[in-house]
Amino acid sequence: MGQKFRQPQIHKTLVTKLIGMALGMFVFGFLLVPLYDIFCDITGIGGKFDTQAAVVTVQTPTDDRTITVEFVASLNEYAPWEFRPSTTSIQVRPGEMYDTTFYARNLTDREITGQAVPSIAPGQAVKYFKKTECFCFTSQQFTARESRDMPLQFVVDPDLPRHIDRLTLSYTFFVAKQVANN
Amino acid sequence: MSATAADIHDNHDDHGPVHTGIKRWLFTTNHKDIGTLYLVFSLIMLFVGGLMAMIIRAELFQPGLQFVNPNFFNQMVTLHALVMVFGMIMPAFAGFANWMIPLMIGAPDMALPRLNNWSFWLLPFAVVLLASTLFMPGGAPASGWTLYPPLVLQTGDAFPFAIFAVHLLGISSIMAAINIIVTIMNLRTPSMSLMQMPLFVWGWLITAYLLIAVMPVLAGGVTMLLMDQFFATSFFQAAGGGDPVLFQHIFWFFGHPEVYIIILPAFGIISQIIPAFSRKPLFGHSAMIYAMASIAFLSFIVWAHHMFTVGMPLAGQMFFMLSTMLIAIPTGVKVFNWTATMWQGSLSFETPMLFAIAFLFLFTIGGFSGLMMAMAPPDFQYHDTYFIVAHFHYVLVPGAMFAAIAGCYFWLPKWTGHMYDERLGQIHFWLSTIFVNLTFFPQHFVGLAGMPRRIPDYAVQFTNFNAMSSIGSFGFGLSQLLLVYVIYKCVKGARKATAEVWDSPEGLEWTVPSPVPYHAFDKAPTYTPRNWGG
Repeated sequence: MGQKFRQPQIHKTLVTKLIGMALGMFVFGFLLVPLYDIFCDITGIGGKFDTQAAVVTVQTPTDDRTITVEFVASLNEYAPWEFRPSTTSIQVRPGEMYDTTFYARNLTDREITGQAVPSIAPGQAVKYFKKTECFCFTSQQFTARESRDMPLQFVVDPDLPRHIDRLTLSYTFFVAKQVANN
Repeated sequence: MSATAADIHDNHDDHGPVHTGIKRWLFTTNHKDIGTLYLVFSLIMLFVGGLMAMIIRAELFQPGLQFVNPNFFNQMVTLHALVMVFGMIMPAFAGFANWMIPLMIGAPDMALPRLNNWSFWLLPFAVVLLASTLFMPGGAPASGWTLYPPLVLQTGDAFPFAIFAVHLLGISSIMAAINIIVTIMNLRTPSMSLMQMPLFVWGWLITAYLLIAVMPVLAGGVTMLLMDQFFATSFFQAAGGGDPVLFQHIFWFFGHPEVYIIILPAFGIISQIIPAFSRKPLFGHSAMIYAMASIAFLSFIVWAHHMFTVGMPLAGQMFFMLSTMLIAIPTGVKVFNWTATMWQGSLSFETPMLFAIAFLFLFTIGGFSGLMMAMAPPDFQYHDTYFIVAHFHYVLVPGAMFAAIAGCYFWLPKWTGHMYDERLGQIHFWLSTIFVNLTFFPQHFVGLAGMPRRIPDYAVQFTNFNAMSSIGSFGFGLSQLLLVYVIYKCVKGARKATAEVWDSPEGLEWTVPSPVPYHAFDKAPTYTPRNWGG
């Protein structure tokens, strides 16, 4: 009664394959990072901006629609700044150029450097919101207790999908040493 | 790796453990010993995680803060989930796998016995490492088990310890999974084809592949957290061009298959028990296998239904909504087939069957609330409320955990050679079933009314339902002490069990004596599928 088991030598092949699979999936986990960036880039859903000034030609508005652009300033915990937009929202016509400023003040007695990181909602609008000048393109140096208004100049592209009538532009102001190789 | 189970078996003539005392358990390579270790460990963790749940429910008994501060409350929420998922339910099923898979497929032992020993013994260390975070400056992680950044990065000194604990738990599961696959593929008795394998074995085969596919992704994700915190990378830090939402994608790419890792072995156990007490073959054996495989495949493409509210494009919401709802089809096949197995069977209602039927009802309730949340538009209302808490506790407690309890009653006589106390078992069943519903059913209502999860305080209008829920949970927790007593009594000795234990159930595991000899199947047994006639 009873038969011989399958030859156990074949364990090694299968175990090697399975370990290979596990290691492969570990690498795949890291591959998700560039894949995610590419995916967000193509679909524009991440709401992330280029850090370069856009080159745009100012156009005459083709229709009379207006878009509300809202400005939000945020700080993470322990940030040594006061930081706020000088106006919280403006009505814009697509194609025209607008200027506004964000106010920041160093609350410490030493020199610090800040870096603003922008984000826009809804994320699909990122392609249509063009900044020709922005304090977020470079880091911002502040001497002790210094305060200043930092400029922002932008155009909303007339191709902005018609269902979007409100954009929220948000900046988070970080201490620059937190910002690694942006 | 070339020292196989068969070789090791041939090397010792005595048919008992090589070592005695504590050394037997530390050095054992015997699948039955390791299965027992897993199950005992899981039972201990049930009470550790349960105690944390009791602290949560005591705090939520009334609105306002009574017993703990909010930060400690959130640490309890986090550790309760991690302990229950990685320390209790997954080891419980690993215990069943160790004990039953070799017996069901006629193998002498697991294919890689030393690896088996190691995968178990990593667990106690991992859990101690995790629990030790409670005593570190800043306390344990308080971010919830999902470990979302940036919140989780605010954990104090405990942060790297918690991450390493997750790494260890992951390594342990991956090793167990490799062992199970190799055992099933290489040590199955040659007369049993893959499609003839019992459903429990199939459930675990699929689960093991899922584990190998997703545990490394979790390991990668938490490693990125660690790098963000200590090596100045910016995977998830917006300041450096990263995106915290990416972590949610990585986590749920692991997290959704993880829920099937927990439930597929439970499906397997239920598929063994229902036919045994219906005295009929399982309805649609192959359909059940294909259903499990389909569920496993779909689990990889539905993850973002956990994060509908992050701001996805419409197309993304549609895709994840529809693919999620597709899972209801194979799951429905399983529920209908279990019901059809009972249809016109000669049913008897011993404790394992009672738990299996309760599983069938209550898991289905959890499945339905899952369907509600699969729909993106209403999910915005349910997201992060007690409704989701009710949903996943219905699939995990009267779902996965009831299946584990059912399996425990079902196979306890096989393991110990003694019948458990049927009367106490039935009392345990009724107490558990009543209290589990009292605990979790009211949470649907407070959730729909807007009570958020993971908050130690709540608006006064939720008081009554929360009080009911707390009373239910205390009752449920205490009822489990009865389970411990029933197991203790059964192990100590009682009426002798026959080899078949039940009324001629099908399967190779019932052909060996009860208790199972320390070494069974030194020659591959001949498997012949039963001819049920009719």
